[in-house]
Amino acid sequence: MTSDLHTRTIAELGALLDAGSCSSVELTTHFLQRIEAHGNTLNAFITVTPERALAAAKAADARRALLNKSGEKAGPLLGVPFVHKDIFCTDGVRTTCGSKMLENFVPPYDATVVERLGQAGMVMLAKANMDEFAMGSSNETSYFGPVKNPWDITKVPGGSSGGSAAAVAARLAPLATGTDTGGSIRQPAALTNLTGFKPTYGAVSRHGIIAFASSLDQAGTLTQSAEDAALVLQAMVGFDPRDSTSVDRKVPDYRAALATGIKGLRIGVPPEFFDKGLDRRVAQCVHDALDEFSRQGAMVVDVHLPNLAQSVPVYYVVAPAECSSNLARYDGVRFGHRCKDPKDLTDLYMRSRGEGFGAEVKRRIMTGTYVLSAGYYDAYYLKAQKVRQLIADDFRKAFERVDVILGPTTPTPAFGLGEKTDDPVTMYLNDIYTIGVNLAGLPAMSLPMGFVDGLPVGMQLIGGYFSEDRLLGVAHGYQQATDWHRRMPGAFA
Amino acid sequence: MSALTPEQVRSIAHLARLSIEAEEEARYAKTLTNILDFVAALERVDVTGVTAMAHPLDQPQRRRPDQATEPDVRAQAQANAPKVEAGLYLVPKVIE
Repeated sequence: MTSDLHTRTIAELGALLDAGSCSSVELTTHFLQRIEAHGNTLNAFITVTPERALAAAKAADARRALLNKSGEKAGPLLGVPFVHKDIFCTDGVRTTCGSKMLENFVPPYDATVVERLGQAGMVMLAKANMDEFAMGSSNETSYFGPVKNPWDITKVPGGSSGGSAAAVAARLAPLATGTDTGGSIRQPAALTNLTGFKPTYGAVSRHGIIAFASSLDQAGTLTQSAEDAALVLQAMVGFDPRDSTSVDRKVPDYRAALATGIKGLRIGVPPEFFDKGLDRRVAQCVHDALDEFSRQGAMVVDVHLPNLAQSVPVYYVVAPAECSSNLARYDGVRFGHRCKDPKDLTDLYMRSRGEGFGAEVKRRIMTGTYVLSAGYYDAYYLKAQKVRQLIADDFRKAFERVDVILGPTTPTPAFGLGEKTDDPVTMYLNDIYTIGVNLAGLPAMSLPMGFVDGLPVGMQLIGGYFSEDRLLGVAHGYQQATDWHRRMPGAFA
Repeated sequence: MSALTPEQVRSIAHLARLSIEAEEEARYAKTLTNILDFVAALERVDVTGVTAMAHPLDQPQRRRPDQATEPDVRAQAQANAPKVEAGLYLVPKVIE
């Protein structure tokens, strides 16, 4: 078999498996060898699970043989290897969430997403590194060390799904799952030349995803293409009674939606996305992409999101508030890190938490505790939830006039490791274009649109509620006419 | 807002049940002050007549029948506990 299997998309690998040109065991072995060769350079993984992967691959091959015998067609994901962000609970495989607190935590059950991709016959290779409890934009808050960007290992890969992004960008897996609370799929996808998809809030079950900010958290995909995202989302999206915010709604045929195309598309381009913080060269890439959309018959419409500038301040009230209550469960009693020789219960709580959490997590818990404390609740939390409604209303009004909203995913290409770790607010502003989407609960994606100084940059496409199918069709149309998404970092070719 | 003092940081940390080292207090005071100054931008937004968002999709909480649906995984769950005995979680003595 050829040795370029790692460069293939999920759709291409599925065709090879269907044709019998390779087996899942061969594919899995190939990717495990690549992980062995490059995983440490990038620090992309927290746990690699080769035995489990090979067993799953054998099972997938056996299942395929049975299907072939009975003349049935295998699903498009059967036998395709991938990695899970280490925030998804995996039965019997430790799940750390990038934290010392959960360094030895072995979940007794699978997250719904893990279950669904497992049922589709996908083969998990490893658990990807991430910012601690998904709190970060550079993957530098991980207890297990920072992840490097495959395009330049002195740069960050983005975060919090940084290990997921590095793994797919370096072609160590054709898919990584991610979660996106304020941009944690889209921002790393933009900084590593991937297609990152965050579905509508409630589309993918949160059951078994370690919670950060429950009104914002949503799981999605990091892949090479929109087509691959469609294939995987088909398996991930859907009602789950075990998540109280899961939406019971018919799931469209995403693969069929890829053919929708761009002709007649109304694209909203809000000037608020082109503020003074935006690198002019990134802005130029967005304009070039808009030219391509126009060539394919799209119309550009002026829309405004007047409250968008408030989204980062709103987020840094709401997300820490939810984090401070969600992370109250780590008490050193039932699971997670416990301090040595506690002298009483308060000492047990305080030192277990103080030792188990890193600085950024503690900072967010304290921010949340402060904004929720007596006398401050109205001024911070309640006010933020009102401004959040204004931001959602802005989007709603815009979507009365357009099908999608387009802008840059990030203000700049990837920044240097250590460059923004001193000042949290500077780090937070990196998510200025992505956070509004989470506050409103909308679906959005980032897709490759060019390079600045040899580093990839991404455009963000935002859709109305449950317009995943439309977004995928638009992105696929763009990717049929361009090849940005097919470029890969030379060092990992 | 005025800068948080190390005493305020200690008090917030205690509310959150987080031990922090004395030498870290000044740094937390500085960064938390920066964050609170940053989010203070919200003060200038007029929200007269706006109802606070309760759910991004404006959906009510779903109900389900009161029936047990999950299997018993107590043994596996307790395997993660720092200290258990006879199926019970152990903590330092609470009542003298």
